[in-house]
Amino acid sequence: MADLALTPATRTLPLSGAHGGSSVARLEPAAAAARLSLRARPEDVEALSTALGIALPVKPKTSASANGRTALWLGPDEWLVIDEGQGGLLQAAKDCAAPHSATDVSHRNTAILVSGPGAQQTINSGCPLDLSLTAFPVGACARTLLGKVEIVLLRTEQDAFRVEVWRSFSGYAFGLLAEGARDAAL
Amino acid sequence: MLLIHCPYCEEDRSELEFRWAGEAHIARPDAISEISDEEFAEYFFLRNNEKGLTYERWRHMHGCGRFFNAARDTVSDRFLMTYKAGLPKQPIPVAEERAAAAEEKTVETWEATEGDAR
Repeated sequence: MADLALTPATRTLPLSGAHGGSSVARLEPAAAAARLSLRARPEDVEALSTALGIALPVKPKTSASANGRTALWLGPDEWLVIDEGQGGLLQAAKDCAAPHSATDVSHRNTAILVSGPGAQQTINSGCPLDLSLTAFPVGACARTLLGKVEIVLLRTEQDAFRVEVWRSFSGYAFGLLAEGARDAAL
Repeated sequence: MLLIHCPYCEEDRSELEFRWAGEAHIARPDAISEISDEEFAEYFFLRNNEKGLTYERWRHMHGCGRFFNAARDTVSDRFLMTYKAGLPKQPIPVAEERAAAAEEKTVETWEATEGDAR
């Protein structure tokens, strides 16, 4: 679990203790992670990649993973970097001389892990993206919609997804996914 | 569901992810403090609101977040093409134009064919 102790306050994750799913799709809140909303110009991507120790993807809908960190392409100059390892993400960005904007959004987002043979159908119950393996292979990611809320979706395995959602929307997202999981099992 | 091609994501995405952002290719006057009220009104308020082919700005709000330009037929609601923001007005590909012209003949309203209201 990443160390989030920028302040000494004890935090409870918004979905702490939540459980749900069905016989075909398992839902679980992800462990705490450090997250960075990163914006940079194309010419500074290389320097930032070196500083963060992860090659920032420049192709649409792709992600990269290294050293417990995952960088997700959100837009031509925008990334979401998730650190589930040692932490120090913000400091690494701070130490980079290349001009960029890095905002710590560790507590803005929380994540739901959806896995199992019905995972794809569970997410598609509220998401219009084409999630077939050809259009959305392992490692693919996209910012999109789940019902009424915005999510960032990452395919971690063939039948496993990570749904990044804003913490105040997480109850809604979890409930919708739980219903989707029930429907997928019918 | 309508699919819109995002020139930044390089694929067709659901219309739910997009927002309309007004007419495209409206240049802000260079010396905006020196122009007359009429010229300002022309630039700021007045839009063509054309029926048929229009050039519009759209935003991939719940995707990459980028603004881009689109040529859309307001009668058929068909997107003829989309291209990145900052590019000059793009000509419509000929095949698309012909397809749009064919659709132009389609009847728009129920009243025109079935209803009594004329």
